[in-house]
Amino acid sequence: MSDLPLDHPDAAKLEGMTHENQYNFRLAENYAFRSEKGLSKRVVEQISYMKNEPEWMLKFRLKALEIAEKKGRPKWGPSTVDTLNFDEIYFYIRPQDRQGTTDNWEEIPEEVRKTYQRLGVPEAEQRILAGVGAQYESEMVYHSLKEEWTRQGVIFLDTDTGLKEYPEIFKEHFATVVPPEDNYFAAVNSAVWSGGSFVYVPEGVEIEVPLQAYFLINAQSAGQFERTLIIGEKGSKFHYIEGCTAPAYTTDAFHSGVIEIIVKEGSRARYTTIQNWSHNVFNLVTQRAMVYKNASMGWLDGNLGSKTTMKYPSCYLMEEGARGEVLSIAFASDGQWQDAGAKMVHVAPNTSSSVVSKSISKGSGRSSYRGLVQIHEGAYNARSNVECDALLLDEHAKTDTYPYIEINEKTAHVGHEATVSKLNDEQIFYLMSRGIPEDEAAALIVRGFLEPVAKELPLEYAVELNRLIELEMEGSVG
Amino acid sequence: MTKNRLEIKNLHARVVDGESILKGLDLIIPKGEVHALMGPNGSGKSTLAKIIAGDPSYEITEGDILVDGESILGMEADERARAGLYLAFQYPVEVPGVSIANFLRLALNARRDEDDEIGVMEFYETLQAAIKELNWDDSILERNLHEGFSGGEKKRSEILQLLVLKPKYAILDETDSGLDVDALKTVSQGVNAARGPDFGALVITHYQRLLNYIVPDVVHIMVKGKIVKTGSKELAMELDEKGYDWITSQLAA
Ligand SMILES: Nc1ncnc2c1ncn2[C@@H]1O[C@H](COP(=O)(O)OP(=O)(O)OP(=O)(O)O)[C@@H](O)[C@H]1O
Ligand SMILES: [Mg+2]
Repeated sequence: MSDLPLDHPDAAKLEGMTHENQYNFRLAENYAFRSEKGLSKRVVEQISYMKNEPEWMLKFRLKALEIAEKKGRPKWGPSTVDTLNFDEIYFYIRPQDRQGTTDNWEEIPEEVRKTYQRLGVPEAEQRILAGVGAQYESEMVYHSLKEEWTRQGVIFLDTDTGLKEYPEIFKEHFATVVPPEDNYFAAVNSAVWSGGSFVYVPEGVEIEVPLQAYFLINAQSAGQFERTLIIGEKGSKFHYIEGCTAPAYTTDAFHSGVIEIIVKEGSRARYTTIQNWSHNVFNLVTQRAMVYKNASMGWLDGNLGSKTTMKYPSCYLMEEGARGEVLSIAFASDGQWQDAGAKMVHVAPNTSSSVVSKSISKGSGRSSYRGLVQIHEGAYNARSNVECDALLLDEHAKTDTYPYIEINEKTAHVGHEATVSKLNDEQIFYLMSRGIPEDEAAALIVRGFLEPVAKELPLEYAVELNRLIELEMEGSVG
Repeated sequence: MTKNRLEIKNLHARVVDGESILKGLDLIIPKGEVHALMGPNGSGKSTLAKIIAGDPSYEITEGDILVDGESILGMEADERARAGLYLAFQYPVEVPGVSIANFLRLALNARRDEDDEIGVMEFYETLQAAIKELNWDDSILERNLHEGFSGGEKKRSEILQLLVLKPKYAILDETDSGLDVDALKTVSQGVNAARGPDFGALVITHYQRLLNYIVPDVVHIMVKGKIVKTGSKELAMELDEKGYDWITSQLAA
């Protein structure tokens, strides 16, 4: 990424957006159905009824609701989460009458289509993606996979359709990676989930280009609870990318997805998130992968937007030789709290994990690294390395680190390194002495700081990340 | 001709809210000339260099700095660079994750109109020419700015940037320190290549040796924030032989 053509065509899609207007695209709220505000048994039953689900799923939802009520909210994490009032949130908003998704952009309501066009989605689909899903409020409205991959048996559907069309594969894997008992927000999601992607990659199939899902929240006070389930059979390879955005409202919105990935023997999986929610969105997401023999899972997690994020992508390294990686970027500007990190659980011998976290805080922004490395007894020669670097752009910005390490195996090797640095005046002066204006110099330093992670992004996304960083950096120095 | 020179007039400066370092310094570097600046450790040479470049950690309490007759005191460091000033730092900083190529492209584009960014071919040709001048390897362009560079490589990078950015006036702050004998020759060659009627330079050094390669038109000696003696290149040789005591005792007399 260090040497990106900044004039790359994809840079154009965010061209002209300033910090003030980048979230300024709200559309009229034309929904087909909206639940009453708040979370209740009635709302859960309504959702299940509207989706015409099998009985087991309704039972699962109601059970999850009970678990959530019993558990209560976590007592740790950003205190801002306490201000999220469920009674003010619509837990289900169906944007259109039609059941299910379409693979034809023309069939999507025009204004919704236009928003996706503005984000460059149909164009990216043509050029660089294997398949695209687009979720609007509570439902996926578009889902399409290129024929080449359909032919090889790849399944790429919205999760509701996945449940209907592939009930056996679905039931076998659903909620096995993240059960509702796991944490409060996973329980909430389990009760009201809607949308998300269902992906199945057959044995030996390597999808060379990414699959992407775009999540959009448009309605005021909306909740979005997608549920993604990805199964990579033996020796498969795939890369799934998730992008998120919403218009800025004065009321809070709530996004709480659950992503479950099963990476079977010898598979290589990657999941990338570029989260640019507007600053009124609570983003509380559970992402977890089960990684089996000699397989590898990589999470690349970019948290730029949202009001508060709590997100700790995790890998359970279940069998010998499994590898897990988390590359994390967090940018907390004024009023934002990014509580991001990683969780690596080593269950089997010769497993390895690596976490690189880069966070930036600006103004009243606050970023925290929260991580857990757990090594079970018998996980001989497990290796884990964690590196977290924080960059503070001014005196007010805050950062914290909560690295938890639990080792129950003598032969394990665990490394942890953390650094905190400030935007360096000498570096700024040096760059300025070459003719580069101060704000560009600061943005260059920030991009350099993120480079070890950003270079892992596909070019188009690295370009987009650069633009988002530039927007965030506007007026941040001087 | 005040039009074609870098002029420092009765300059008094200090660390912001701190110690005063420059105490009435006068210096004129006409275009087309190379001047050497020598002086004991701590006499204020690097401070002068950084103040000319626009380092905001110092403040000017009196005097002026003029480029081709225009005061630059109201300009920020980046504007001064675009007006044709260049400083090769005594201690170049590292900027992790930023490749030299990317950085130089930004620096060059900062000098051009927004709708007239440098073309890929032109950019690489400019870089290639500079690299060749310094007997360097292409691979350096993809390295991050001074990350893991040896002391000598950093100095060489400063001259590479000088050749690419083509300033009107350059200040080289101890560019020779840390260079091996061969590197000293190539780097001097690089500086000599930049010499010409439209280029003026102030070369700060402690050693006569550099001045054998970059032969100065004038030599200045600075002590305690002031120029105390100005002469021809022979002055540097004399200083090399006799040391600063010779100057300070002269001053005391
Ligand atoms: N930012 C600063 N804060 C405090 N003191 C400073 C600062 N910059 C310079 N000084 C002091 O000013 C004096 C001049 O320093 P300067 O680096 O300009 O000397 P120099 O002539 O370049 O020396 P050398 O030959 O060792 O490079 C020194 O006493 C130095 O400690
Ligand atoms: Mg010095």
